[in-house]
Amino acid sequence: MSDQLSAWQLILTGDAALFAIVWLSLAVSLSAVALAALIGMPLGALVALTRFPGRSVLVVLLNAMMGLPPVVVGLAVYLLLSRSGPLGSMGILFTPTAMIIAQTILIVPIIAALTRQTIEDLWAEYRDELTAMDVSQAGRIATLLWDARFSLLTALLAGFGRAAAEVGAVMIVGGNIDGFTRTMTTAVALETSKGNLPLAMGLGLVLVAIVLAINAAAWGTRVWSERQAS
Amino acid sequence: MACRLTSLASALVFGILAGLAPAGAQDRSIVVASTTSTQDSGLFGHLLPLFKARTGIEVKVIAQGTGQALDTARRGDADVVFVHAKAQEEKFVADGFGVKRFDVMYNDFVLIGPKSDPAGVRGKDIETALKAIQAKAAPFVSRGDKSGTHSAELALWKLAGVDIAATKGPWYREIGQGMGPALNTAAAMNGYVLADRGTWISFKNRGELEIAVEGDNRLFNQYGLILVNPAKFPSVKKELGQTFIDWLVSTEGRAAIAGYKIAGQQLFFPNAEKKGS
Repeated sequence: MSDQLSAWQLILTGDAALFAIVWLSLAVSLSAVALAALIGMPLGALVALTRFPGRSVLVVLLNAMMGLPPVVVGLAVYLLLSRSGPLGSMGILFTPTAMIIAQTILIVPIIAALTRQTIEDLWAEYRDELTAMDVSQAGRIATLLWDARFSLLTALLAGFGRAAAEVGAVMIVGGNIDGFTRTMTTAVALETSKGNLPLAMGLGLVLVAIVLAINAAAWGTRVWSERQAS
Repeated sequence: MACRLTSLASALVFGILAGLAPAGAQDRSIVVASTTSTQDSGLFGHLLPLFKARTGIEVKVIAQGTGQALDTARRGDADVVFVHAKAQEEKFVADGFGVKRFDVMYNDFVLIGPKSDPAGVRGKDIETALKAIQAKAAPFVSRGDKSGTHSAELALWKLAGVDIAATKGPWYREIGQGMGPALNTAAAMNGYVLADRGTWISFKNRGELEIAVEGDNRLFNQYGLILVNPAKFPSVKKELGQTFIDWLVSTEGRAAIAGYKIAGQQLFFPNAEKKGS
């Protein structure tokens, strides 16, 4: 079982290549979460606060898009960024930037849909007050998002979980290039295909541990800042 | 306060994006679309550090099946292709997507099967082996992904006089995946599978599998190198790509290919002639 040993050796000895892979996975997924939050949270809040024809359709669509298959998003972004595609001249296919774009598209619907639900519930509570104070639409959105920040953390974590776990999109648009676009999930896929199952499993456990640590840190931050706020 | 959070988040994102962005004009790197066999066997892990030490050029390898690798290049998304299906490669060049094809190295295919050899195929003759597998409907795993190995497998069925498209039954499983997954599947179902020797030697999850047929001349596996046509795609880094090709077919590159061994076994045999075809 030398392979099992070697997986843990890599971790315990602080193998540089492994750290580079972990760092890239985190950098890509956290960037995607940050970008998706910038887009998804105001979008979700806007949908929560406005009434217009076809709104129900939009809500259903947002909810359904939480289930976008990563491999389909990957393929669409690939066709867009390919040298033969409309954005080919940017030359960013097979780079971490392309991976961030694909994951952002993947998780904007998750964050937007969960934000919409949270803000809609909160709006029911705040409506009279905010209407009486004659706050502008942008002001309402900002106030509601800020006051819902602890509940919205769950939306961010759901988005992060999706991004960190997916392999389909980053494999297609990143290309799984050694030392450049290889993430935890594509490394697990590669080691599996080499028949190196114990090492693949070891890397998988490292990924699960990291996701766990980030969720624990987020939870700790939430508890701490709630205490500060009260 | 919400604004502060937003600006913090965007600073974070753009910081990371800037950190990850390629180095621009100083970027001395090329993208090589290659096959799973060259990557999974560890050959690139051996060659690329030597090439980088020599030239300072970084090679980014996208490992796909031969069909997909040529397709990636056909879209202009690679600078060089390094694959193993001569007919497909020659068509690629004839269609104007590649500049010139160079022979670079070869190894051979092997028929892998369970130690118990239920179809009784062990030996040196691939033709009778495939006939026996089909006659006994023994489980056979096909790549089914238009890769070089898949093309070779289809050509061998034809050679054996088996019309596989018409006669395949539940015993013939097309998985549409790379060499490693095909070997994993064969190990799990104790089936037969055609593999390149390099991937087989470096493959770890063998289970009850071993080599059933080897040494038949018809199992020859030639690898070729092609620079993607810069006239078609101006983004192709032709100098850097050509440097990579020139190095692989040079005396030094050939020695590097021949020097890659696992447990004392040489995996690939250089046979470049330098003139291209």
